Amino acid sequence: VEKRRVGLRKKKKGIYASKMKRATHMLFFRRHQKPGVKGWELQRALGADYPKVLEVLNDYLMSLDLQVKTVYEEEKTPDGKPTLEELSRARFYVTLRGELTPKESKMIGWRIDDLAGLAVAISYIISKKGQAPRRDVEEVLGEKLPSWKVGINIDRYIRYGYLQDDENDQLYLNWRTRAEVDEKALIDLLLRSEVQATFPSEAANGGKDIAEE
Amino acid sequence: VKSKKAQKKVGAEKLQRIIEMCIAIENHTIDPFLLNVDDVIKVVQKYFPQWDESEELNLDSEAICHLASVIKLQSEWVKYRSTSLYTDPFLLEGKLMQATKDEIVRIFLGAWHPVVEFEQLSLHSIAEALRYWKRLLPIKERWPELFVPEVAIGTTSRDELLRQRVLSAKVFSEEIESFWRELKEKIKEKGAKGKMRYWDFIGTDTYEKTVERAFLASFLITYGYATLEIIPLEEEVFIKPFAKPLAKIRTQQSISIPIAVTCENWQKWKRGELD
Repeated sequence: VEKRRVGLRKKKKGIYASKMKRATHMLFFRRHQKPGVKGWELQRALGADYPKVLEVLNDYLMSLDLQVKTVYEEEKTPDGKPTLEELSRARFYVTLRGELTPKESKMIGWRIDDLAGLAVAISYIISKKGQAPRRDVEEVLGEKLPSWKVGINIDRYIRYGYLQDDENDQLYLNWRTRAEVDEKALIDLLLRSEVQATFPSEAANGGKDIAEE
Repeated sequence: VKSKKAQKKVGAEKLQRIIEMCIAIENHTIDPFLLNVDDVIKVVQKYFPQWDESEELNLDSEAICHLASVIKLQSEWVKYRSTSLYTDPFLLEGKLMQATKDEIVRIFLGAWHPVVEFEQLSLHSIAEALRYWKRLLPIKERWPELFVPEVAIGTTSRDELLRQRVLSAKVFSEEIESFWRELKEKIKEKGAKGKMRYWDFIGTDTYEKTVERAFLASFLITYGYATLEIIPLEEEVFIKPFAKPLAKIRTQQSISIPIAVTCENWQKWKRGELD
């Protein structure tokens, strides 16, 4: 009996290992225009126990400072344990678990101006309950960015999937912000930040690459 | 009689303005709290006894309907203010204005967890691509040059263009509207829960007609007359008409749903195998 039990355990372990590999391939390599995989796709490929497979993968990724991030449809994060229906409609991504240092962020290829502009645009839209007129966002960004760059930057944030606009020229947060940005943490950090009395090196810094720091 | 008419006119104009303001609020271009609901209700109450024609009553009910949407938006705003995500926009704006770029970047990096992706070729994908390349016919064979005979310039008539199906007998918008009515009638007859299988709606005796119906159905969906309901696991697609065409704002990115209306699929549908 013990032998059989050990054999079954080994077999089960093998099945989970192969499912984890398959899940890793699906999550790391883009399959569609947008990255990430829908729950129902994972269910089809891995079987009904895919939430368990993702849990095991998430634990494994912890040591690599990565995580499996779940983004529920229409930002409706369930209060308790998500239902299978909610999971099947959710999108799963692999994201960085911890934080990047300013020096590391040069790897992402963002200029400090553009990254700061993105942070301001996202924070401003969050403060306006998830939507703001494009004109207002342009005005806020125009305080510190040259006017010719403001429109280009907003279009770029839209193209990357951080923001989206509608025919009424309203800006909203888009899928990439929901996947990558911890909105609550961003607002908390911003409110806790100490306001500087002077503005050192701002003019001198204009347009400087993080890489140059 | 004249003064009653004039009063009615003023009342109708006021209702029209209320509706326009409500629509602007629904489109998120105006703060929902700029509308004083009590004042609006007083206006609606004041003029209601004077309405006796169906158009006037319609205007009244339209105003009430839009007002209800505004109240819903106001209640959503109050709910949001009570959540932990709510922060005074002015306070936040002040912080954003006063922080330096470096500081904003430092704060953002504390809350930013970028998506991780691999962009890498595998040996398997290269081998697959090479196999595909070997099988691929030269472009000259795939796209043979069309032989277009030279013809003399001549005149044609509208009837001839209609016969050749270059022109349609109906204006396109009329055609879409009548197709929408047909969908609603078919659902009454054969549908369940206000929807029916996509293929059961577009499918007809001939493949050509089926393609034409699929083409029209795509416009029904794009123009907001109907929507598609997809059950991914069962691979079932349903079409569902709206009671009124939607003129909604795009709060989510529009998506395209490709449905292959191939001759093979049409034959399968005819045989009842396309479930």
